[in-house]
Amino acid sequence: MSGNEYLKIKNIIKKFGDFTALNDVSINVNEGEFICFLGPSGCGKTTLLRAIAGLDIQTHGKIFQAGKDISSLPASERDFGIVFQSYALFPNMTIYKNIAYGLENRKMPKGDIKIRVNELLSTVGLLDQELKYPAQLSGGQQQRVALARAIATNPGLLLLDEPLSALDARVRTHLRHEIKQLQHKLGITTIMVTHDQEEALTMADRIVVMNDGIIEQIGSPIEIYRKPATAFVAGFIGRMNFIDGIVTNDNMVKINDSTNISCQTVGFKIGDKVKIAIRPEDITVIEDNNYSDNAVKLKLDEIEFLGSFFRCDLSGAALNDHIIEADFSINLSRRVELKIGNKIYIRLPESNITLFAAENK
Amino acid sequence: MSHITTGHNNIKPNIIKPKIVKPKISRDDWIMRIAMGIIGLFLLIAIILPLYTMLSKSFEDKDATFIGFANYLVFFNTPALFNSIYNSFNIAIISSIIILITSFLYGYALTRTCIPFKMFFKLIALIPLLTPSLLSGISLVYWFGNQGVAKDLLMGSSIYGPIGIIIGSSYWIFPHALMIVITALAITDSRLYEAAESLRTSKIKIFFTVTLPGAKYGLISASFVVFTLAFTDFGVPKVIGGNFNVLATDIYKQVIGQQNFQMGAVVSVVLLLPAILAFWVDRLVQKKQVALLSAKAVILIPKPDKQRDRIFFIFCSIIATIIIAMIGMAQFAALIEFWPYNLSLTLANYDFDLMDGGGWDAFYNSIEMASYSAFFGTIIIFFGAYLTQKSNGFERGRAIFQMIAIIPLAVPGMVLGLSYIFFFNNPDNPFNFIYGTMAILVIATITHFYTVSHLTSITALQQLDKEFESVSESLKAPFYKTFMRVSVPICSPAIMDVAMYIFLNAMTTVSAVVFIYSSDTTLASLAVLNMDDAGDIAPAAAMAMMIAYCCIAARILHMIINHIMAKYFQAWRR
Repeated sequence: MSGNEYLKIKNIIKKFGDFTALNDVSINVNEGEFICFLGPSGCGKTTLLRAIAGLDIQTHGKIFQAGKDISSLPASERDFGIVFQSYALFPNMTIYKNIAYGLENRKMPKGDIKIRVNELLSTVGLLDQELKYPAQLSGGQQQRVALARAIATNPGLLLLDEPLSALDARVRTHLRHEIKQLQHKLGITTIMVTHDQEEALTMADRIVVMNDGIIEQIGSPIEIYRKPATAFVAGFIGRMNFIDGIVTNDNMVKINDSTNISCQTVGFKIGDKVKIAIRPEDITVIEDNNYSDNAVKLKLDEIEFLGSFFRCDLSGAALNDHIIEADFSINLSRRVELKIGNKIYIRLPESNITLFAAENK
Repeated sequence: MSHITTGHNNIKPNIIKPKIVKPKISRDDWIMRIAMGIIGLFLLIAIILPLYTMLSKSFEDKDATFIGFANYLVFFNTPALFNSIYNSFNIAIISSIIILITSFLYGYALTRTCIPFKMFFKLIALIPLLTPSLLSGISLVYWFGNQGVAKDLLMGSSIYGPIGIIIGSSYWIFPHALMIVITALAITDSRLYEAAESLRTSKIKIFFTVTLPGAKYGLISASFVVFTLAFTDFGVPKVIGGNFNVLATDIYKQVIGQQNFQMGAVVSVVLLLPAILAFWVDRLVQKKQVALLSAKAVILIPKPDKQRDRIFFIFCSIIATIIIAMIGMAQFAALIEFWPYNLSLTLANYDFDLMDGGGWDAFYNSIEMASYSAFFGTIIIFFGAYLTQKSNGFERGRAIFQMIAIIPLAVPGMVLGLSYIFFFNNPDNPFNFIYGTMAILVIATITHFYTVSHLTSITALQQLDKEFESVSESLKAPFYKTFMRVSVPICSPAIMDVAMYIFLNAMTTVSAVVFIYSSDTTLASLAVLNMDDAGDIAPAAAMAMMIAYCCIAARILHMIINHIMAKYFQAWRR
């Protein structure tokens, strides 16, 4: 994303009594960018969002929006629209009144408000619903009203706090797409908090992965998935197998006396304890009897049918009886007999392996 | 250069402590804090300072010289005074036991059985709330007094004394306990019973292992409420107590009869302490309560059981008959020419202007006072509750406010009223001018019923989405706009309930106002007291019934308004 820096978050620390919810967090967000804060519950993502909104101001650190220091400003003096998980639509007001609420506060003339509200209603596809009350709409429709209300005043920043998690799966997938399109059309800088990695991967320009009040990694969805910076990110995004080993040579990791795996060991010394990380879909089955290059013989323990592929649990002495998961396509299953108890040779392709330092305890 | 820098003491340590961000306080925050300060000040003047003044009076002699515990020594060395403690406890404990058992059975019948006419039984049980507690005393006089119709049932014992007080107290406190019991019993998960039954548990065992533990906290709460009401009640012992003294009547006798204000203060402290203790223990117990009911609980719908239902129906009918007999006798007596010699009907007893006690003006004063209290009280209390729930930051201020707001619940009306004499009647007090006016009655009433109204408001406000305020802030709406356009409309049923609660209590209260009314501001409930005192019992009954009609009218009005609001202004509630 090229573009001007719009939001600058500098060394934010947030403490609740003795508990540190955010520990020295810094992010730069470009204008028009769609950013996701992703992490398990309690990682501090919502706290960070609320600090940006001015709803719970940080203990230390600074926030700049469009070049202006907004660190200590109350929410009412900042420039943002927000959508909450609960939507917080005013239940006693019609859809029209809900969307017009922020516009009235700007002392906009009545006629202009009507034009703007109708424009927004057509944007979110609810033109004929303006006289209904929130309780008369479906969850997905309520969500759209909340979105329309948040962008009504053309704020510079749109904040979405788990906006989709109260919806059922089908509506969620659909709205995911819609929100992304709307954001693209309006070009509004957007920050979304979510614990759903699929949501983050499909919607975000960049993802901020958070854990225990710190940022683990910032990067594009592909970077985060293909090149996780830490073992936490690797384990949190998608599925990942971890196998313990020790670096014995340049580009060689020993699992046990009979198994050595070759892979990039840049950044590690000989004798370092490491974790070999590889995704289930990157594991291949050897069908041509070529047993060089990280071939391992394992037994099939479990087979789970997941529609387009099989997820198999594999284990064996070669990997110290550690169970790893591998995804095998339907096509492959036509060539190789996948049956519990069968022994098969698999390959851990060197290019798909990432190494992480083993946590030293 | 280097020696210059080292020569000065400005070498900073390596770790620079980051500066703490001081949030800018917005205009809304200022307004909310100032508003909370004003309501806090109101509570300070209306409850804290008067109580403090009363406490200090109990350590002074008539000339306002500090004499330590001398007044207390007199109190504990005068058997006539000291015995009242024993009497009050006795009455309170026996009444509590009777009320708890009957209200539990009655509540159980209404929630867990299939008896017919549940709505009727529920309405009947709430009748005592519509009249001053004095009414039960008056009614008992007609039933069991010296010329009572059923005097012989007492087999020679006198109704004037502990028996009368216990029956009278049980009558008027019964609905207070019943409402708590019904709430406690209504909250249960039918799956608990299904699980117990599938494990082949006997009905009795289910009762003791599922029903009773589930209602435990409600019953504990009810017992403290009942005890405190019975312990501090003034109306019933005043009318039917005869020579049997309790603490509440002692305060009255000391202050009104003997003008011994210091001893009145001492008795007040003695009355206040158990009330505060009960209140404190109850809060401690309630804190331990965990939510038994998950959002997914299945509501229990009782199944018919012929024998059980018949027994409970008979029980409820007996209780309902007693209640009807009490209020019915008061009504009957109010319409009788000259009890018991001339039983022809007349409206002469309603000619209040011919008797001492304030006449019809007292009744109109009551309506005026109750309306003011309900109007201003509801505004102050709901807005105060809103501020504690929805304002930003200022945690300590909000916590202190919350604490002060629950104090009035622990203070008996007599004690509050006497405190007001001490505090507001002092010529040096800048608020002295309200003494003897309608305003002081309104303030005393609002304060006396503050806590329950406050807690009701808090419960309603807590059901609102806590992000309404965040959203409005982001939409640049001032808080008062969202308060008026969102919080108030959504909470309107609770607000109406609070107004109704204050109105009914203002109409019927005696204890909070008995010390602070003036000849211009006498009230209907006080007229009942004074006419009864003067021997005009039939007019007293008539006035008590006027209060009851007014309360019933208010309740009907309340229902109509609720209905209209639900139909025309609250389409959004579906």
